Order: sequence, then C-alpha cells, then structure tokens
Amino acid sequence: MSLAVDLVMVLLILTTAVWTILVRDRRDAVIAFIVLGLLLSLVWMRLMAVDVALTEAAVGGGATGLVLLRACARLLPVEAEGALPGLRLQLAVGALCALVAAGLSAVILAPVDPAPTLAPAVAAHMDEVGMKNPVTVVLLAYRALDTLLEKVVLVLGLIGVWALAPDLFWGGRPASLRAATPSGTLDFLARVLPPVGVVIGIYLVWNGADHPGGTFQGGTALAAMWLLIMMAGLGELPETRALRLRRLVAVGPALFIAVGFAGFWMAGGFLSYPPGLAKPIIVAVEVALALSIAVILALMVAGPAAKEPER
Amino acid sequence: MSLLLHLFTVAAVSAGVFFFLAGTVGLLRFPDTLTRLHALTKADNLGLGLIVLGLLPQCPDVTSALKLVAIWALVQLGGATASQLIAEFARRDGGGR
Repeated sequence: MSLAVDLVMVLLILTTAVWTILVRDRRDAVIAFIVLGLLLSLVWMRLMAVDVALTEAAVGGGATGLVLLRACARLLPVEAEGALPGLRLQLAVGALCALVAAGLSAVILAPVDPAPTLAPAVAAHMDEVGMKNPVTVVLLAYRALDTLLEKVVLVLGLIGVWALAPDLFWGGRPASLRAATPSGTLDFLARVLPPVGVVIGIYLVWNGADHPGGTFQGGTALAAMWLLIMMAGLGELPETRALRLRRLVAVGPALFIAVGFAGFWMAGGFLSYPPGLAKPIIVAVEVALALSIAVILALMVAGPAAKEPER
Repeated sequence: MSLLLHLFTVAAVSAGVFFFLAGTVGLLRFPDTLTRLHALTKADNLGLGLIVLGLLPQCPDVTSALKLVAIWALVQLGGATASQLIAEFARRDGGGR
C-alpha cells in the first residue's frame, strides 16, 4: 500500500519536473516549479525529515517561486515571450544536466556499505547542547561554521540583487509590490492573516530547539506576512538605504560572528560554546538570524531599487 | 467505544476523500473559471473539514486536536481568499475561459 503511494508520488514528481522544463510559457514553468517544491516537501515528510520538508515548502517552493514570478514579470517587457536560446546553448545545458543526474544516480545506486554516518556521535552528545531537535543541534552546534557561511551568503545575495539598480536609484525604494488594481479581498487577508502568521513564525523559530522548525522556516513565514501587507498596499517598502533596515539585515550574521569570536575566550575555539550556556546562546543567535532572514528574503522578492531616493 | 471512534474516523475520512475526488473531477471537467473554482472550494472546505473531523478522535491530546482545527481554519481562510482573488481577475478578463 505504502509502495503504491510512493510510486504515485514519484510519477507525479517526474511528470511535474518534465513539465517544468517542457512548458513554453515562462510563468507556467515557474508555477510548475512551485508545485514541484510542494510535492518534494511531501516526499521529505514521507522520509520523516520534517525539518527539510518545512524548509522545502517555505524556501524551495514559496520564497524561490515568488522571486521567480517577480523575475518573470520584470522580464516580460524586455524579452520577447517564447524566444528560445540557441541550439548550442540548449545542448550544453542538457549535457551538463545529464552529467549531474548521472553523477547523483551513481552515488545513490551504488552506496557505500555501511554508509558513513556521524548520527550515533550526534545522538550520544545531544544532552551536552541541551536541545532535543538533532537537526538544530547539528546546524548550530556541530556544523555552525557551515550555517554561518550560509547566512553570510544570503547577505551577499541581497547585495547582489541591490547592485542591479542603476546608479541614479541607488538607495531608493524597490518597485512597488502593490497590485495594479486594489482588491478588497487582498486587503482583508492582509489585515486578518499577519497576526496569526507572525505567531506561527515565532513559534517555528522557538520550537526549532526541540522539535522540527527553525530560523529559515520561521523567517520565511515572517517575510511572507510583511510581503502580504505590502502587496495589499497597507504598507510601503522602505528605502534600501534606510539605516534601520540595513541593521536588521546585518544583525543575525553579525551576532553569529560575534558569538564565534567570543568562543575563543569562553570555550577555547571559534564558534565553541561554554558548557551549560550552549542553549541560551543558540536561541539568541536563532532569534537574530530569523529577523535577518525575514528581512533579507522579503527584500530579495522586492528586488533592486527602482526609484530615486528621496532627499 | 474505541471501535465506534475508529468507525467514525473511517467514515468521516472516506467522506472527505469523496469530496476531494468530486472537487478534482469538477476542476477538470467544468467549463469555465468560476464553476471550476466552485468545485475546488468544495474539496477545500468540506473535504479537508471532514478529514480533520475524522482525525480528531485519533489525537493523543487536546493540543494536537486544536492544531488540526487551526490548520483547517487557516486553509479555509487561504483557500477562500485565493479563490476570491482568482475570481476577481477572471471577471476582469471578461468572464473567464
């Protein structure tokens, strides 16, 4: 029975993946990609990887999908719809994709037996960190350096998006997210949903210590609420030069780096936590990170500055 | 007692699945945007509602039952708003196709 469910899922995902590639209309392709993200999150649920499922649904399907939809809308006037890249480029992309797929399937189909794993070592030392969610323990205690670099990459990504603005607009507001025609329904949702969504976002961050959840999932929920308010025209996008905004972008990674250096004199190593204090430090870092992620994701969706900064 | 609760779960979840099936058939077969939305909202409201109702007796404690109800309420809000928005756009485009 469960095999049948898995087979149906595999078939659905393959169909959606092929559809994403084959469909001619750019916006249809993005919508298929969002559906693919949701299906993949269901697969992660089947594999009992709830943390990954939440991240896939929030970031893989939701936030990335929204960024791509915005990109579609911006590209429309520039590029003729349906124009295909040259045959040589298509062949090159196809060959490289096939290479990646072949490499991945070689790894998956011929696994090392027994698979190398550090899971027992993590399980044995969970108590020392004081958290019950092994994913959070690995992300913020054992592999904290990877997580730190990942957040720094987010900030760099946002700088990359902002850098696309013409010199004249540098520091100004991004193009408005407001719908072209006002809608009472959207207005209603933007007034009713944010209180609930913000609570869910905070819950996901706070819960991440002991249960599935964490900064990325919570941060994305917060970003979604902010974007919803701006789409309904209930709030305006801030100027990208605003000092408060830039502080929010930097606070998470900055606190993480500060904690890393503090580790030298507190526990004798970069990103080491003193025994007994690991949990409060990690929670503080997570709260700051969630704030930064929320602001960064929302600003990535908003895009580069498109208006002159006000004097 | 527990057998009765299990039977209730099976009956309610099956009814919910039926509404999802009917909603999907409607989505595929109905002629225009508005009627298709009508079919879809039945799956959202009644289908998910009945499945949540059926799962309630299986919850280990009150908190998880409340979470299920909260999920249903949120899907209601999201689904209803999304179909209203789609309908608004369909009408603006001239009746929908």
